[in-house]
Amino acid sequence: MPETAALPGVAEAVALGLTEDEYALVVEKLGRPPNQVELAMFSLLWSEHCAYKHSKRLLGQLPTEGEHLLMGPGENAGAVDVGGGLACAFKVESHNHPSAVEPFQGAATGVGGILRDVFAVGARPVAVLDSLRFGEPSSGRSRYLLDRAVAGIGHYGNSIGVPTVGGEVYFEGPYEQNCLVNAMCLGLAPHERLTRSAAAGPGNVIVLMGASTGRDGIGGASVLASAELDESDEAKRPSVQIGDPFEEKKVMECCLELLDRGLLVSLQDLGAAGLTSSAAEMASKGGVGLDLDVGRVALRESDMEAFEIMVSESQERMLAVVEPERVDDVLEVCERWEVGGSAIGEVTTSGHLRVLRDGRVEGDVPVAALVDECPLYDLSPERPDAPVYPAPAATLDPGAGPRETLLALLASPNIASRRPLFEQYDSIVQSRTVRRPEQSDAAVLALGDGTALAVSIDGNGRRVAADPYRGTIEAVLECASNLACAGAQPLGLTNCLNFGNPEKPHVAWQLSESVRGLAEACRALSVPVVGGNVSLYNEGPEGPIYPTPVVGMVGQTPHAASAGQLGFARAGDALAFVGPFQAHLPGSEVAKLRGEALPDELPEVLLSDVRRAQETVREAVRSGEVSSAHDAAEGGFAVAVAESAIAGDLGATLDFTGGDLDRFLFGEGPGRFVLTGPREVFERMAERIAVTVFGEVGGDTLTIDLGGGERLEWPVAELRDAWAGGLAPLFP
Amino acid sequence: MKFGIVRFPGSCDEVDAQLAAARVGEAELLWHGDRDLRGVDAVIVPGGFSYGDYLRVGAIARFSPVMESVIDFARGGGPVLGICNGFQVLCEAGLLPGALLPNVGLRFVCRQVDCVVADADTPFTRDTAPGDVLSIPVKHTTGRYHRPPDGDVRVVLRYAPGHNPNGSEDDIAAVANDAGNVFGLMPHPEHAVDPLTGSADGLRIFSSLAGPVPAGA
Repeated sequence: MPETAALPGVAEAVALGLTEDEYALVVEKLGRPPNQVELAMFSLLWSEHCAYKHSKRLLGQLPTEGEHLLMGPGENAGAVDVGGGLACAFKVESHNHPSAVEPFQGAATGVGGILRDVFAVGARPVAVLDSLRFGEPSSGRSRYLLDRAVAGIGHYGNSIGVPTVGGEVYFEGPYEQNCLVNAMCLGLAPHERLTRSAAAGPGNVIVLMGASTGRDGIGGASVLASAELDESDEAKRPSVQIGDPFEEKKVMECCLELLDRGLLVSLQDLGAAGLTSSAAEMASKGGVGLDLDVGRVALRESDMEAFEIMVSESQERMLAVVEPERVDDVLEVCERWEVGGSAIGEVTTSGHLRVLRDGRVEGDVPVAALVDECPLYDLSPERPDAPVYPAPAATLDPGAGPRETLLALLASPNIASRRPLFEQYDSIVQSRTVRRPEQSDAAVLALGDGTALAVSIDGNGRRVAADPYRGTIEAVLECASNLACAGAQPLGLTNCLNFGNPEKPHVAWQLSESVRGLAEACRALSVPVVGGNVSLYNEGPEGPIYPTPVVGMVGQTPHAASAGQLGFARAGDALAFVGPFQAHLPGSEVAKLRGEALPDELPEVLLSDVRRAQETVREAVRSGEVSSAHDAAEGGFAVAVAESAIAGDLGATLDFTGGDLDRFLFGEGPGRFVLTGPREVFERMAERIAVTVFGEVGGDTLTIDLGGGERLEWPVAELRDAWAGGLAPLFP
Repeated sequence: MKFGIVRFPGSCDEVDAQLAAARVGEAELLWHGDRDLRGVDAVIVPGGFSYGDYLRVGAIARFSPVMESVIDFARGGGPVLGICNGFQVLCEAGLLPGALLPNVGLRFVCRQVDCVVADADTPFTRDTAPGDVLSIPVKHTTGRYHRPPDGDVRVVLRYAPGHNPNGSEDDIAAVANDAGNVFGLMPHPEHAVDPLTGSADGLRIFSSLAGPVPAGA
């Protein structure tokens, strides 16, 4: 048994984030009080971040089966079949709390972590996307977080040679204290290289590879990721890890070579909770035990305690299980890539995770207790009877007419061109990028066999705040609509659920409703969830963030060369609006600019109708018959048309056919598309689905004929100036 | 024509360069720790962040074993193409004049730019004519070309008016040594070899190298 001098007690357990009841349960599981090493391990693995203790029961309702699915939730990343013997592995993960404390390193290591998740399953990372949320840019803190987070994402992704091909950013007051930084990565692997993380084979050797282990990031999972932020954020800086993309680049190449040569039994990255979490999860999945000798771990500081080594979140480290006779080969490959590698333990039949140092047992814990027996909590959801969020401040002159309103929308932070951000990311390395940011609604990556992947990430928190169930459905539909505009069919979905404190009934309600909507939309579109991440406790004294389920969707199109583009392409093309769906103003961007409070709910969506519209658009794009395709999302029809005009540097003349002009121009709702092409294409399409031809592409002005001699006119150059100038001042 | 593409720890665009070169000839990777250039006819020092570029861009890579051989190869008249980080390495190695400084905006910039051919009389541009415009992407943080204090440099490409992404002096995008056999550029021609991914204009740099050597050259 471990020595028991100066055992920590319940006070230390609470300081580390456990509840008193959880501490008592630990004592019961062990049959004795835990020592310092064991308590540190429990406090991390039983944290919300590692154990999903408030969300696990909800997540069971998500559909995880699909015809293309190769590897579902539970591994470092899920994977789908993309043909030609290739698998696409992908996952999205949050790094919100670290980014709110230190945005550059927080965002950088968020990218580093998701890259490791993807190459841990044997896939070479081929694309990164990011999903960001900040407070309004009028706030100095938000501008600082934005600037440094974007720089951090670029620093890591650019340096490692993985393109950042897409992403999204929203600015809303409720993210002022808790910014969100979610990163998604896609990787490609031959089917046979897909690797699982289960430790197997008693007697096999545990090899720790990559960077040495230091004191950085100690307690990150429990201290940062599983509690609300407050004024003491500065003091939490030592809990944020420092990223080294050069080290990760070497580790990545090294791991991929090891897997190519079949030298590893299994592989796992070290993320939150470091060695503790990686080792325990590998052992749990394999139903085995592990003995780890922390005396053999390469350290940055020689005087580190055993518990510090076990919980350090030093970046750029991987843990592998290797057959004894292959250890020398593995260490040789590590040496060639100038990557540290040490055999630090072995697989046992004990079912225990034992921590050893200099022959002394420093900790001894049943794996099952650590990983599988964390108490799960039921939520107590309650629909709030008063608005949770204040109405946004009005920024649009109440007297603004439609002409000024469109220009204001185009210049508004949630719609303006993202060029000042994405130009800071390498979007083209690896030579696969067929559609770069702002060329199509989805990023498109050629696979080399003529087909292409399309990928999109989205999640409009304001609409989820208005209606967690329907708002989440809309987020899934938005991604699928983006893929449709590129000509791609969805293969799978990953999600990151960013919410406030789930112990509060109204947040619990948001979370439950959102997951219900996610499940419903996935079933309606026949898209499986391949994996994801949950980030809770995103709130401060001002209240919770907007509930923000971020959805990342991967699809495929058979013809890379005919991938859709959003810009008008040919004067004389007819401009058509596809989709039978009503648009509404409450909860829209224009309602935000007008300072209107959130509605209590969003209109019902007929999922089968949206799916049919998406299929119609997808087929039209694939056939090459349409010149452009763009979905009408934030800002409605008018913004969509303006964006296509700007991208194509071509105007259009449209007829307004009556009804509520405000709603026609700026109303929002899912499943609505602006397409251009030959008129006869839309005449044929109209036999299957609601299509309205509104006008014609051409000239250098966007004109809307209101009838009776009245018209609205915007030179395309004026639209571009408004749109391009919205965010540019934030990056002087 | 057989191309050798150097692979340093931290190289990012070496496989892209290999694929681009393979469109016009043979291409293989050269490991940074090996001095053997394996009989290649031309060397490409690719883009990326060699050794992390934590000191000064290209400053460590130029001391790697393979660079000793590349320097000898260049001094013997062998064609050497440095792209982005490779350009920085060649400047650090003294094979090209001048230096690359941080962009005026101090930010990384990834952008498709137009480059105008200023000198078509090098082995790297002989498939072009003076004044030709090539659409090629740039992506770097440290790409502002600074001339050496003494003397002229042989400018091969300039950014087209309004396209200078980094504040380079005189819009310089690419330079060669006096002999013309060592060429460095910040734009990435290996990312402009296929209209599917944006442009095929960069292929002309590779085809210039691979093409038959004109009589008398």
